[in-house]
Amino acid sequence: MALDAESFELLQSTLRRFIRERLVPAEDVVEETDEVPVALVEEMKGLGLFGLSIPQDYGGIGLTMAQEAQVAWEFGHTALAFRSVFGTNVGIGSQGVLMDGTEAQKREFLPKVATGELVMSFALTEPDAGSDAAALTTKAVRDGDDYVLTGAKRFITNASRAGAFTLMARTGGPGPSGISAFIVPSKLAGVSLGKPDHKMGQRGTKTCDVLLEDVRVPARNLIGGVEGQGFKTAMKVLDRGRLHLSALSCGVAQRVVNEAVAYARSRKQFGQRIGDFQLVQAMLADSQAELYAGWSMVQDCARRYDAKPPGASDPDVSMRASCCKLFCTEMVGRVADRGVQVHGGAGYVRETKVERLYRDVRLLRLYEGTSQIQQLIIGRALVGRDAG
Amino acid sequence: MPLKILVTAKRVEDSESKIKVDAAGTGIVKEGLKYKINPFDEIGVEEALRLVAKHGGEVVVVSVGTKDVHEQLRHALAMGANKAVWVHHDGPIDQLGIAGCLQKVVEKEKPDLCILGKQAIDDDQGQVGQYLAEWLGWAQATFASKEESLESEAEKAKTPAIQLAADGKSITVIREVDGGLLTVSSPLPAVATTELRLNQPRYASLPGIMKAKSKPIEELTPAGLGVDVGVKLTVTKLAPPPARKAGIKVPDVATLVDKLKNEAKAL
Ligand SMILES: Cc1cc2nc3c(=O)[nH]c(=O)nc-3n(C[C@H](O)[C@H](O)[C@H](O)COP(=O)(O)OP(=O)(O)OC[C@H]3O[C@@H](n4cnc5c(N)ncnc54)[C@H](O)[C@@H]3O)c2cc1C
Repeated sequence: MALDAESFELLQSTLRRFIRERLVPAEDVVEETDEVPVALVEEMKGLGLFGLSIPQDYGGIGLTMAQEAQVAWEFGHTALAFRSVFGTNVGIGSQGVLMDGTEAQKREFLPKVATGELVMSFALTEPDAGSDAAALTTKAVRDGDDYVLTGAKRFITNASRAGAFTLMARTGGPGPSGISAFIVPSKLAGVSLGKPDHKMGQRGTKTCDVLLEDVRVPARNLIGGVEGQGFKTAMKVLDRGRLHLSALSCGVAQRVVNEAVAYARSRKQFGQRIGDFQLVQAMLADSQAELYAGWSMVQDCARRYDAKPPGASDPDVSMRASCCKLFCTEMVGRVADRGVQVHGGAGYVRETKVERLYRDVRLLRLYEGTSQIQQLIIGRALVGRDAG
Repeated sequence: MPLKILVTAKRVEDSESKIKVDAAGTGIVKEGLKYKINPFDEIGVEEALRLVAKHGGEVVVVSVGTKDVHEQLRHALAMGANKAVWVHHDGPIDQLGIAGCLQKVVEKEKPDLCILGKQAIDDDQGQVGQYLAEWLGWAQATFASKEESLESEAEKAKTPAIQLAADGKSITVIREVDGGLLTVSSPLPAVATTELRLNQPRYASLPGIMKAKSKPIEELTPAGLGVDVGVKLTVTKLAPPPARKAGIKVPDVATLVDKLKNEAKAL
């Protein structure tokens, strides 16, 4: 059951107000301390943000993809660290359980995910398996009622906050069909975390390695109860994640345009506002036009996503989700670059927001599939060669 | 001692919308406007919720207007109000008409306390709370405020500023007066109106928004309540604030000081 339009409107205006009044003023603190203040995390839980995409039957509010895209757009208007706090619960961390988990798994985990009591992360990438995720080598060997997991995962968002991971490991032979997905509680013996990664931007977000040494995971935590489905699950999760990131990219692009327009109106050179120079207007116009194109495609693709049966994957929608990820994340890179340009030297110093935004958006072209991987997916879909 | 509290939720233009005076010069251009709950009313809803969280009871929210006011009623329900009353009226109405409707709803619902905004941010009339108290024959504590700041621990703990006596028969309200605070006590039932500094309203939580859908909205009409809503007070002219004059640039600090002294007379 989707949220009706009137309730969604109320939700959106509440979130807008929360972002404007509580999050935007805290951006500098996050940047300085590299932490999202605990009090704000609690407020986000209280608001119900961790359960945006979890269906009402499991204690969330069950937004459609189109609605989730709107929310991601709103969160693009502030430091990306805020969205990241609940981002894995709404997206990649929990969706595998929701899409392919057994009823018992859904009942056990999703209600806690929805309230934020349980933070879930998504652990696919490994030191030697990034773009080529199907080459992952983390092993899961059946032993009685357990699987014994050994391996290492890299760059795992929210690992240090997570109570459990949706983790892909190899139960069978090489290639995608040998991969299974597990729910791995972080407190199990043998799970440890690497040092926090020091990143270019998105301060306040947390990533690190997750190391597994003979971790005994109960067999009932095999997602869906069947081996060999894990890669498919991961790809379905990423389809949705890509749309979410595309919407987020558009939100950030809007923020950059707002910042750049405000600056162009107030900064004077040669006796007039720099915004009155047509060369400056051209930069703003290019950004606005690209932003509009990106947001239009996200909305279109989200509608297509919602129109297909829930949980099913549709090659056409997947191809389009990759188009969105490719275009929107590259687009926000160009928009942020122009945003800095409009600010001149001020755009290169920490006091201006565009300096941070420029660094923050760089990641969007890398994770959940680099731009090149999106090109491959789209290209293969068009030419008709089988993936893998 | 559980309390029954009646609050209001007027639909007003969002202060972030661009307001333009219409061609006739007596109203505003409605196209493209966004609406929200009157912020003073929102503070009233918050105060009522804090009071019932502390003392038990229920909060009833009322709005008079077209079907559109459901949005504002839902907002209050999503914040936590228990039920809503919609007085359905499609035409023009003035403050006397609104207060008349509210009086009848109060007589029906029999709350211990009514909390209204001291004014609405659209036309700033500031009349309804006073009419209502007068016609009910109740005491009124207008401009309710509080001593602690909006950053205080008490505020963070969502402590109500309006104090209920131990016997549950009266309330104490702190009022903002010129340069100070005045504390008044009133027997219940009473009417209170809110000042901006009374509290910081909560955000409607997403689960709260979902629950609001299944809370009841009772529909009434002025005719059904026996209220004559014929308009007595009409707006004859609406003028935008005068455009700001362009500033000037001064060559040095001495000129600035001189101008502040002799032209602006600010020093
Ligand atoms: C901050 C951050 C957070 C992350 N969060 C998570 C997470 O929560 N969970 C998770 O599982 N992973 C996460 N990742 C991992 C991320 O998804 C990978 O980094 C990404 O998929 C790229 O893999 P790689 O870094 O190994 O790059 P590589 O695969 O080594 O790619 C290097 C370059 O080669 C190109 N390339 C690779 N293969 C091809 C090809 N076939 N054709 C053309 N070009 C190619 C790439 O496009 C890229 O330009 C995160 C990464 C970062 C930086």
